[in-house]
Amino acid sequence: MSALHYILTHLNVVGRYTLEHIVLVGVSLAIAIAIAYPLGIIAFRKPRLGVWIAGTTGVLYTIPSLALLAILVVTIGLGFTTAVIALVLYAQMVLVRSVVTGLRGVDPGIRDAARGLGFTPWQSLLRVEVPAALPVLIGGVRVAAVTLIALATLGAWIDAGGLGVLLFEGIHADDPDRIIAGALAAALLAILVDVILRRVEATVSS
Amino acid sequence: MAEGGAPVTLRGVRVRYPDAAADAVAGVDLEIAAGEFIVLLGPSGCGKSTLVRTINRLIEPTAGSIDIDGTDARAANAVVLRRGIGYVIQAVGLFPHYTVAENIAVVPALLGWDAERTAKRVDALLSLVALDPARYRDRKPRELSGGEAQRVGVARALAAEPRVLLMDEPFAAVDAIVRASLQTEIARVHRELGTTVVFVTHDVDEALRLADRIVVMNAGHIVQVATPAALLEQPADDFVRRLVGVDPETRRLVTERPLLETPAEADRTP
Repeated sequence: MSALHYILTHLNVVGRYTLEHIVLVGVSLAIAIAIAYPLGIIAFRKPRLGVWIAGTTGVLYTIPSLALLAILVVTIGLGFTTAVIALVLYAQMVLVRSVVTGLRGVDPGIRDAARGLGFTPWQSLLRVEVPAALPVLIGGVRVAAVTLIALATLGAWIDAGGLGVLLFEGIHADDPDRIIAGALAAALLAILVDVILRRVEATVSS
Repeated sequence: MAEGGAPVTLRGVRVRYPDAAADAVAGVDLEIAAGEFIVLLGPSGCGKSTLVRTINRLIEPTAGSIDIDGTDARAANAVVLRRGIGYVIQAVGLFPHYTVAENIAVVPALLGWDAERTAKRVDALLSLVALDPARYRDRKPRELSGGEAQRVGVARALAAEPRVLLMDEPFAAVDAIVRASLQTEIARVHRELGTTVVFVTHDVDEALRLADRIVVMNAGHIVQVATPAALLEQPADDFVRRLVGVDPETRRLVTERPLLETPAEADRTP
């Protein structure tokens, strides 16, 4: 309850860190999608390359986040950009996999009809296959977003701001309320994003 | 809507899939007259689906030539070629996120028709396949029965007034009553439009009912090309005899039976 008290008495601070958190995750997710979707389409179209893409993004995902951040800090330095790079790398596996799974799940009859009626491969992909795979794609974005919201708390460790600041400040100040407040805010943000994207998912699948 | 059909000529068409031991289509010659209803008949794996898909170049023949309306199909741009050829498949393949009207308007949209012309065409086509435009236009494919979906599939294939219509086992996935009703409709549509139809089936009764001429295929070869009556009276060999059945008299009854006029409502069997 005192964590709640902390939030209520520090609405300004918590609000600012929440906003930073949202920006950090939002920017990372947008860049991650811009990279992962073309990769996913390539992986779907060219299964041999797909094995490599899946392998590489899978390995990225298994690197411990602290280790990855440490490597990035050494090579790039502290700050927002470093955090974004780390989050973009982490999101790749989930997003690429969602694209491949989504496109593979499209009814072959739909693809055959599109081709037979005279769609170019790109028209078939963009106008028919991607829309048909949309629920799976949004599911991938949802999982990636929730994962990044949790991971982004580490951003505070490398001066990228966000709700993690409350966690690290709390640790240094030996203030459990502040730690719980930060964790609570991040969790609520994750739940909110999850609920919203589930709604979107349900809307496009109906 | 008298659009007429185009003649299609296949010469020495051969298809060999990569890593396959034998040709899927082993050098086929076939002359299809303008407006003719041709049925390719044979067991699964005989090459009939492969052959029909060479006409719109979903499968590129390994050798041979294909002429549609006097022009070399293989020299044309494959995508442009397909927009001028109707295509109906067993899986129907309606786009789930499009309405019925949008599905039918797919090829007109690709060809850049204006909205008014497209809307008129959509309604005319829905009427042609015996679906009430006002009731069906704005539905989504998931709100259709199997028979209704395939009617829409046929309407979509005919949207841009193709002179050749390819149908690959279009009615194989629906039950017998709906199939009979769809057969009636396609026969009527063919009579009304005069489109050249190349129709693939493994169902002998369907072939006998619909075809002007039946092309019997086995193991990539054409075994016999004949009218339904001639096929029954003079099967070329034992394979054809077994295919059409042991009792020609029974088969004759099938072909001579007038097609039942069944309303679209018959599609809505559960």
